[in-house]
Amino acid sequence: MVSETDNLLVSLKDVRFAYGEREILRGVNLKVPRGKVVAIMGGSGCGKTTLLRLIGGQLRATAGTVDVAGRDVSSLDTAELYEMRRRMGMLFQFGALFTDMSVFDNVAFPLREHTDLPFGLIRDMVLMKLNAVGLRGAADLMPAELSGGMARRVALARAIALDPMLIMYDEPFAGLDPISLGVIGQLIRKLNDALGATTIMVTHDIMESLQIVDYIYFVSEGGIVAEGTPDELRASKDPWVYQFIHAEPDGPVPFHYPAEALEESLIGGRAA
Amino acid sequence: MNGLLNFIRRLGAAAVEGVWRIGFAARFFVLLLRHSGQSLTRIHLTVREIYFSGVLSLLIIVVSGLFVGMVLGLQGYETLQRYGSGDALGVLVSLSLTRELGPVVAGLLFASRAGLAVTAEIGLMKTTEQLDAMDMMAVNPIARVVAPRFWGGVISMPLLAALFSAMGVLGGWLIGVVFIGVDNGAFWSQMQAAVDFRFDIMNGVIKSFVFGATVALIAVFEGYDCTPTAEGLSRAITRTVVTSALAILALDFVLTSLMFRGQS
Repeated sequence: MVSETDNLLVSLKDVRFAYGEREILRGVNLKVPRGKVVAIMGGSGCGKTTLLRLIGGQLRATAGTVDVAGRDVSSLDTAELYEMRRRMGMLFQFGALFTDMSVFDNVAFPLREHTDLPFGLIRDMVLMKLNAVGLRGAADLMPAELSGGMARRVALARAIALDPMLIMYDEPFAGLDPISLGVIGQLIRKLNDALGATTIMVTHDIMESLQIVDYIYFVSEGGIVAEGTPDELRASKDPWVYQFIHAEPDGPVPFHYPAEALEESLIGGRAA
Repeated sequence: MNGLLNFIRRLGAAAVEGVWRIGFAARFFVLLLRHSGQSLTRIHLTVREIYFSGVLSLLIIVVSGLFVGMVLGLQGYETLQRYGSGDALGVLVSLSLTRELGPVVAGLLFASRAGLAVTAEIGLMKTTEQLDAMDMMAVNPIARVVAPRFWGGVISMPLLAALFSAMGVLGGWLIGVVFIGVDNGAFWSQMQAAVDFRFDIMNGVIKSFVFGATVALIAVFEGYDCTPTAEGLSRAITRTVVTSALAILALDFVLTSLMFRGQS
């Protein structure tokens, strides 16, 4: 269990959030210590990405507080939020590379937007970031020429361009072949440690996550249903954790979407 | 009875939705103007959009202008000669183009070529989370992506309309003077005498500026506001073309009635 005495970078307290009438999060409490790699896991549509967007300030919580580096994100105005985001990096599910720019220009984008560094220095920094993800040789390629795994790595280089304090990943392993998946997993861990950053990763991939993360939160039905270190979760008898780790089709997360009994549907349908 | 109630309900819902969208568009326009500074301080962003909206529309504008002028030449001469005024062909062609056809047809072509492309580009950037990524990098997408495209359209459109009119006059001359045999001197001199710079040409420029701003606003708004799915993008593109065309025709009537009221 992460405690208040840990050096926390991100802390969510009783956070609630709804899209219109549909409440997605119902009192989430979550803590992310500095320097750690933390995974947020759960079924599709349980609100994992919403949590990332709340931390990044793209959404505002309807109740509760979202603290990042000691400041409540919900209370920041646009200028303060942008100031905070300069110290954040985010990798979107499919990279979200700018398709009209080369790999080099994609990685250089945040540097050009936020610094007045001379071209030579930006060039060196971009090549170093690309080298860190193994794609220095692909600097002149366009995003359309990259595979899914390569695009993800370029997006990762772009996300760390400004040496952020917090890196967030939204489904970094989605749709990747096993080799690319392993490469991205190792990069996430190594870059976090090398940059002295903190990582929050939203993912479905339990096996890869158990190898690289320090702590895991499981989200379901609008709240945190389980949490722990990878070793704690492997040994857990919690039915929710067991179902997720062993990919059971039915359990606390039901196979069927809520509906009336099958008999009632069939007989009721005939009567009508 | 139920059918009627449903119809009224749907009508009401559509009206409310329409009012909401107009409100969103107005708020979006204010935001766009607030964040337009970067379009001027980083002028290369706007110049790039002038290239995409303006320069890449040149072919369709030049060819269409030429053909519209040629048709005007044929139709106009056929009508004018009935009254023995075939020499006034230059006046008819130039006034039709500078006052009406130049701004309106160029506007419609601009909407279907550049407006559509802008909506598709911004909509696709939204669908593929590029705008979100930019926002998360503390770069305002309205300042960086939307405003340059808007101003690129606003600047391009009057120039394209002027070029359309010039090509139309050339097309009218080609048919009237070269093929039909209208006197060359009469064609140009009557045109010079009849076309007033402030009244005819500047009003046409004002119209094309208004149409350019309208089409550009509709195009960027529809792209930015589209539902981030393939179907949502397709609907946004359709709305851009349809709304732009209707807006141009309606605004043309309003502007014409204001500009040429009481004039012969």
